[in-house]
Amino acid sequence: MTETRVLLIEDEPNIIEAIRFILSREGWRVDTCSDGGNALEAVRNRNPDLVILDVMLPNRSGYDILSDMRADEAMRDIPVMMLTARGQKKDKELADRLGVNKFMTKPFSNAEMLASARELVR
Amino acid sequence: MSRSLLAGTRIRNSRMALGMKQAELARACGISASYLNLIEHNRRRIGGSLLLRISEALGADPEAIGEGVESALLASLDSAADKHNEVAAERGRADELASRFPGWARLIEAQFRESARLEQVVERLDDRLTHDPFLSASMHNVLTSVTAIRSASGILAGGDPVEPAWQRRFARNIHEDSQRLADATESLVGYLEAEADDRGTGSLPQDEVEQWLIARGWTIDELERDAAAPIEAIVDGAEEIRTLAAQELAHGYLKQYAADAAAIPKPSLEDALGNTEEPLALADVLGAPLPALFRRLATLDPDVLRDHGSFGLVGCDASGTLTFRKPLPDFDLPRYGGACPLWPLFRVGQQPMVPVRETLAMSGRDDYLFDVHAVAEITHPLGFEGPAVMMSWMLIRPWPRGREANRILRAGTTCRVCAEKMCPARREPAVFSTLSDERL
Repeated sequence: MTETRVLLIEDEPNIIEAIRFILSREGWRVDTCSDGGNALEAVRNRNPDLVILDVMLPNRSGYDILSDMRADEAMRDIPVMMLTARGQKKDKELADRLGVNKFMTKPFSNAEMLASARELVR
Repeated sequence: MSRSLLAGTRIRNSRMALGMKQAELARACGISASYLNLIEHNRRRIGGSLLLRISEALGADPEAIGEGVESALLASLDSAADKHNEVAAERGRADELASRFPGWARLIEAQFRESARLEQVVERLDDRLTHDPFLSASMHNVLTSVTAIRSASGILAGGDPVEPAWQRRFARNIHEDSQRLADATESLVGYLEAEADDRGTGSLPQDEVEQWLIARGWTIDELERDAAAPIEAIVDGAEEIRTLAAQELAHGYLKQYAADAAAIPKPSLEDALGNTEEPLALADVLGAPLPALFRRLATLDPDVLRDHGSFGLVGCDASGTLTFRKPLPDFDLPRYGGACPLWPLFRVGQQPMVPVRETLAMSGRDDYLFDVHAVAEITHPLGFEGPAVMMSWMLIRPWPRGREANRILRAGTTCRVCAEKMCPARREPAVFSTLSDERL
């Protein structure tokens, strides 16, 4: 059985630490990237089973990253869970339009986040 | 709803003030004393010729008897009943309530008005939450801190064993994030308290003028029809403008608008737009200065611009204070504090009357480009003896999708909410990255 690999693209260190801890307990490998400008390259290089993507990132927004992933054949099918403090209807609609698999608004519960992640890597 | 029943109270008061007996007045009006008694106690409606006869007998103005402050009170009660239909208020008896218990009726009216005012404040705050970069960033900061605290505390309280080293680590994270949350909340409360201090109008004078312009679609039809139309009448008729300071601002704005409309009449601009959309060429064809053209383009009604898209406009004085804001979707303009120092708006002040054009990419929204033109103008309102006054203007429009841009300038709205880490012009850290940067 191969190891589940998650790429967490998030710039808040304490959120990174918590999510990494929770997913590592599942036996998953969690890589991180905290700069929107490098995120696409990180996805391309690591080819993860799941991308957890924040929206407001330094240098590049999560929406732009998602849009580019869906336009790239190599990254098109990677499931993306989006985390955002911007939970307005129009934000979710934009994410849906761009091809997000799960849209979660902050603050989310650990159980909710974990259940969604399990669902997406199944 | 009848407004006339309350007239009974006024009739009774007027009669008693004249020392006239009920029977005397009844006789003078050709009605029975018992009928007049019913009218005076607001048990019978009154109007038409009888109202005229009674008013004449009392030497009073029929309008003053038939109408009055109570009519406004009844209208408010009616509106309150409309608003809360589910309560099933006895609407037919509102006049009885107002006449028998005027104090309670006024209390209902006062509460209804206060509730309407608070709803407006909430609506405006909601709008600010969406469009005000400071408020939006503060809320982002609060939600991010809460998320981090919730995740860390969830791990510690989750029931699964957590090694002591990790326990200490998450406890430290919770402490840090709670401190951050406290700071963000304090900042937010300070902001909202400033709002509460402004309870009289619920907004700054600039906000009042801006709300008024938004409500009018930025176009002043009266001045479009006749640039010499009286400005005072336009300001007086503006419901959104409540304070003297806002009236003064609106007056100045309209004076400028009238001058611009006279210099560039709408039909001429419409014709010229049929040939070119290039601001320099338009200004040349119309024989008008660029700042006037920018203001005309930004405030023309959407019908004229339907084939040309809409324009945003921002103006600032020599201190860099934004004095005019007409935003465009995805190009937010800060309500408070300074804007992005990289905007050409601020650069053109170094060389007044020399226009600058840039293609802007807004931070965090790389896929939205904007075509901006900026220019500064100098005026001497007090002649050469007085100080020169400089105003800079920046016209904003979306860059056409698919068109290649030679050079793109990356900018933002304001430093507090800008994610550009390496910006050489940054004035202060972004509120959502300060703590992260410190700890990394």
